[in-house]
Amino acid sequence: MLQDRTQGEVWVFAEQEEGVLSDVPRELLGKGRELADKLGVKLAAVLMGDGVEALAKPLFEAGADVVHLVEDKELKVFRGKAYRHAFVSLIRECSPQIVIFGATHMGRDLAPAVASELRCGLTADCTDLQIGDYTDGKTKESFTNILMQIRPAFGGNIIATIVNPRNWPQMATVREGVMKPLAVQEGRTGELVRHASGLDGVEIPVEVLEIVRRHSSVNLKGARIIVAGGAGVGSKENFKLLYALADAIGGAVGGSRAAVDLGYCEHERQIGQTGVTVRPALFISCGISGAVQHLAGMQDSAKIIAINTDKDAPIFKVAHYGIVGDLNVVIPKMIKSIKQKGG
Amino acid sequence: MNASNNHREGGYNCVVCIKQVPDTKKVTGEAMKADGTINRAALAAIFNPEDRNALEAALRVKDIYGGKVTVIAMGLPAACAILREALMCGADKAYLVTDRKAAGSDTLATSYILSCAIKTLNPDLVFCGRQAIDGDTAQTGPQIAEKLGFAAITYLEDLKMDGDYAIATRDIGTGIEKDRVKLPALFTVTEKFGELRPFSVHRAMKYKKAKAPVENGNQPLEGDLAIGQLSCDDIGAEADRCGFAGSPTNVHKIVSVVLAGGDYREVPPTDEGIGSLVSGLIADHTIG
Repeated sequence: MLQDRTQGEVWVFAEQEEGVLSDVPRELLGKGRELADKLGVKLAAVLMGDGVEALAKPLFEAGADVVHLVEDKELKVFRGKAYRHAFVSLIRECSPQIVIFGATHMGRDLAPAVASELRCGLTADCTDLQIGDYTDGKTKESFTNILMQIRPAFGGNIIATIVNPRNWPQMATVREGVMKPLAVQEGRTGELVRHASGLDGVEIPVEVLEIVRRHSSVNLKGARIIVAGGAGVGSKENFKLLYALADAIGGAVGGSRAAVDLGYCEHERQIGQTGVTVRPALFISCGISGAVQHLAGMQDSAKIIAINTDKDAPIFKVAHYGIVGDLNVVIPKMIKSIKQKGG
Repeated sequence: MNASNNHREGGYNCVVCIKQVPDTKKVTGEAMKADGTINRAALAAIFNPEDRNALEAALRVKDIYGGKVTVIAMGLPAACAILREALMCGADKAYLVTDRKAAGSDTLATSYILSCAIKTLNPDLVFCGRQAIDGDTAQTGPQIAEKLGFAAITYLEDLKMDGDYAIATRDIGTGIEKDRVKLPALFTVTEKFGELRPFSVHRAMKYKKAKAPVENGNQPLEGDLAIGQLSCDDIGAEADRCGFAGSPTNVHKIVSVVLAGGDYREVPPTDEGIGSLVSGLIADHTIG
């Protein structure tokens, strides 16, 4: 068990693949900055890989004060055991008080293993993190300035606040697309600290034979904004309106099963129980009535705007903003407004 | 198919961790109390969906390469219902891990207890569902693997065996990865692996009578109708690592979610309406 160290840094895991950072580390740094400032400690990014030092610069520019760099050829491609080993030895060396990971496939593979080895708590898939005080109901022991880990549970029917007051570091994975990155501060720099991986002589039982990447053009899961259409779009031709909106707003285009079955968009864009599940920061639903199977794949989106001519469509039950109207009229108005306001 | 050396002559010893969960996907009006909280008693207790996929993965390994499939569920005696279902579908042996000391376990304590139980079975392969629908954490599988010192392969979609190695296809979010994994190994399985086979009438008739001692006046049944029952002491789990004592996370607060109450706003389909919506999204950094 690690020592309670209230001066410990706040860490975020800066996951990278093939030398490229996704949006996730920047989002984590946005939230991490807020937590570190509240605690009056440094914000650090943990960067692991092989030949990835150049990624320290964008991490500083996204808000990191420190980048802990671990480079080893064994870390070139993500493998759970190698990353866990390196991460655990780094935590033991530096004693951070908070460590956050993206709730990505990589983060949800690595974080539980790290927490297990350190025997500390971990909360999955948080949608918010705050600093607060907590009194243990049983022991009446009080804790100040600890991490409130806020997440939906029970199929999204409740929101739970979880704390891990004793076994530090306090660890959480954070849902993609929910935290806001800071504006890039060009030229901002920080302290780069190199660490040994400690992997010499460690047997890694996994050999990666092959990786086939999905086309990034249809990366719905990683998209912060999704514009999706259903049968109500009316034609493949009309779907171009959705692409135009997605272009203007910096989003990806998806479709309901009906839209896919009607040939309006490709199968890989299908959102719902039989397609992909998404939870972007913003979901704009166009001409989708909202079958339960579709809602299951998108209702956890942070903000949902629904556009539909039928005011009784079920999609409005999960939407935060409803526009009852013709998407052929509404979408061009949205595009115009976004362009005017420089969104 | 590929039992290339003597070590694999008996096939693979597979263990599957399964969980009984409330059916959170079916939270309807009746399951909500007047104060907006969930009436758990009104929800059916089901075999966690992705644990069914995990069982199917193990049964396919047994079908093709031989060996045996043991299922383990940790929980209240009622969890025997899903152990019986697993036996009906083709599992060879079932264990219930049940103990008051295990109550209140978070993922760390749960993975510790399950790892102690699994150790007693000395498996080559362990399968877990990717996540359970009551917590959606996806943490227990990787944590069991860490405690056992097994390789962990998450998000498994396909599997082939090659002697002392497994060739695993897994989803890495940004694509698909193929790994060669040295056994013993643990896999967390997603729905993409394929649905659990239906049970045969013959097995169903037989195994509906299977019982754990706790369901039978603390007497074990004879033969293969016996569901094994394990306490924390039986598996050598240290009390201070189980249940509340072994769980570093505490639930501080719970708030019920009321679907689309209050925070729904209708926006008129006019230039002004849409303009103000877009301004709001820019102001709170949703766009831009």
